[in-house]
Amino acid sequence: MDILRFATAGSVDDGKSTLIGRLLFDSKAIFEDQLEAVERTSRDRGTEYTDLSLLTDGLRAEREQGITIDVAYRYFATPRRKFIIADTPGHIQYTRNMVTGASTADLAIVLIDARKGVLEQSRRHAFLTTLLRVPHLVLAVNKMDLVDYSQERFEEIREEFTAFAAKLNAPDLTFIPISALHGDNVVSRSENMPWYNGSSLLHHLENVHIASDRNLVDVRFPVQYVIRPQRATDPALHDYRGYAGQVAGGVLKPGDEVVHLPSGLSTRIASIDTFDGPVQEAFAPMSVTLRLEDDIDISRGDMICRPNNQPQVTQELEAMVCWMSDATKLAPRTKLTIKHTTRTARVLVKDLHYRLDVNTLHRDEEAGSLGLNEIGRVSLRVTQPLFVDDYARNRLTGGFILVDEATNNTVGAGMITDAR
Amino acid sequence: MLQCDYTTSQLDVLEAESIHIMREVAAEFERPCLLFSGGKDSIVMLRIAEKAFWPAPIPFPLLHVDTGHNFPEVIEFRDRRADELGARLVVASVQDSIDAGRVTEETGRRASRNRLQTTTLLDAIEDGEFDAVFGGARRDEEKARAKERVFSFRDEFGQWDPKNQRPELWNLYNAKIRKGEHIRVFPLSNWTELDIWDYIRREGIEIPSIYYAHTRKVFERDGMLLSESEFVTRDEDEQVFEAVVRYRTVGDVTCTGAVQSAAATVEEIIAEIAATRITERGATRADDRASEASMEDRKREGYF
Repeated sequence: MDILRFATAGSVDDGKSTLIGRLLFDSKAIFEDQLEAVERTSRDRGTEYTDLSLLTDGLRAEREQGITIDVAYRYFATPRRKFIIADTPGHIQYTRNMVTGASTADLAIVLIDARKGVLEQSRRHAFLTTLLRVPHLVLAVNKMDLVDYSQERFEEIREEFTAFAAKLNAPDLTFIPISALHGDNVVSRSENMPWYNGSSLLHHLENVHIASDRNLVDVRFPVQYVIRPQRATDPALHDYRGYAGQVAGGVLKPGDEVVHLPSGLSTRIASIDTFDGPVQEAFAPMSVTLRLEDDIDISRGDMICRPNNQPQVTQELEAMVCWMSDATKLAPRTKLTIKHTTRTARVLVKDLHYRLDVNTLHRDEEAGSLGLNEIGRVSLRVTQPLFVDDYARNRLTGGFILVDEATNNTVGAGMITDAR
Repeated sequence: MLQCDYTTSQLDVLEAESIHIMREVAAEFERPCLLFSGGKDSIVMLRIAEKAFWPAPIPFPLLHVDTGHNFPEVIEFRDRRADELGARLVVASVQDSIDAGRVTEETGRRASRNRLQTTTLLDAIEDGEFDAVFGGARRDEEKARAKERVFSFRDEFGQWDPKNQRPELWNLYNAKIRKGEHIRVFPLSNWTELDIWDYIRREGIEIPSIYYAHTRKVFERDGMLLSESEFVTRDEDEQVFEAVVRYRTVGDVTCTGAVQSAAATVEEIIAEIAATRITERGATRADDRASEASMEDRKREGYF
């Protein structure tokens, strides 16, 4: 059994909570005591139906104001897969939360109300999904019951969205007509839409092929921690020196020739160690420990790769940045801390090329700064070299966060473009 | 673990993520510690720590907040496990906090030291100058936890501010803090109760005996079975009887309910959990029942 991480986007009006509630309920991930608590609260508030959004709205302020303010993580499993849902609110701080939820997602579900069709919000959600390079996008056309399960209406929405998606460089795109309220095409195929030949949503989630989404070509091993057993009683361990980390790309094997960055020195992998014994192959997302044949001075923040396939070593970054702070703005001359793979450095914003309107995709080249939830294209100068790939090629070696040096808050997320 | 198409099982993915988190902390903080209660989640967390730094020893001490109302089987297990690993175990005692006048013992029938633990914990973090504290909490446990970060920032009062959390993207965790502040780190955030049990089975991990079915003297209160003990005051109508029970969670004797169960092996426990319709905290924790937001409130104050 593997794991599928997916993000859901849409507002309460689109029936997102109802959809999640149904997936959780039908897969038996909602328990009786949780349902009782939700029913009790719904009654207390005078709501006539059981408000399933209360299952995900966990904080007091959310319940009091009837809004969702943060990403909620939900879990369910079927015999085929374990699912992790990053449930992101559609309205308040939508960009920041959706970017966060989408950063680790294998798939995103964007909900569209069949009566309203493709709205500005749907386009925004789809854009953010593609910006974050979520490999699979599902357009769930909801409330089909309210348009008489009309194939014509569904096709209209499909055509309109497909035309828009062409501009986005959208990945694998799937359209599913559903009614979350009545369960049509959610868990099992609906009898109300005999014209629809595709899978139910759950069937799609269970079967969508994600193994090939990982980068198995470019070997990238950011060194996270150096393991040197200092008080080991075993004399054989006195000279043990292992480089621990999580594989970010490619397949590593003992005997492989590798290059250490920034030194550029070559050596071979002596062994790939784990607590459970040495392994013959390591690939993402495995956490392993490498031992190398030669003594090279290697520390946290360094990178191990292959001689003929190296990341770009650079202090100049071109990136799309999503700003996440309401207290400060990003503007030229702003100084920040950058965290990229296992390396932390300081960074200076050299230039803001444009601010992107996430609704219209219009580029405002006059913009002087980025505020909360705004996205723009920037040039950055880093105090020390980073080992980077295009975000489109590798999300782990192409993504970074920006930290405010005064407050220590995470204030931005970046995706590297134009790396060689 | 390895398959020809390079897919990875759910337990391997979760384990790799947890190991990554632990190594991040060891690399970025000066004085981490790991909260170890002898409960199943902290036992799994300790196994992950063992794996993350092998063949080196775990590079931080273990910390337990001992209410004095713990199950003796669990305390015995805690000491033995720490000893096996050669780990340093720091025990912070709620009784000491009471004796020092830092907190006042609750009185009455529902008296519990649950809430008092927060003060003892925060004092221990301050005394040890710990800047990162690993906890075994999972997001599937409770809805306030469903929104908590893996690296959860605490101010100099140890408080959690749910509306002011740092965004967490990819596998990048922001470890920046000022002196006196700390980060609670939850490496098992994405594990579910069933994942924990599947992992205990797969790894053959030993757990305290009270997780398995045993005969115990209990009484019923608010639909929960509480163990008879010197720490609990019973009403006259709360009759003690013998039952075959086990514990789904391990907290204080005073507020942890047992479930009636004949599950005597890990396999039987997994079968039972897969079929259950009640969450583990709902079934077994009086402390969470106080109000709809009780976990959120305690977390804000600095609770685990």
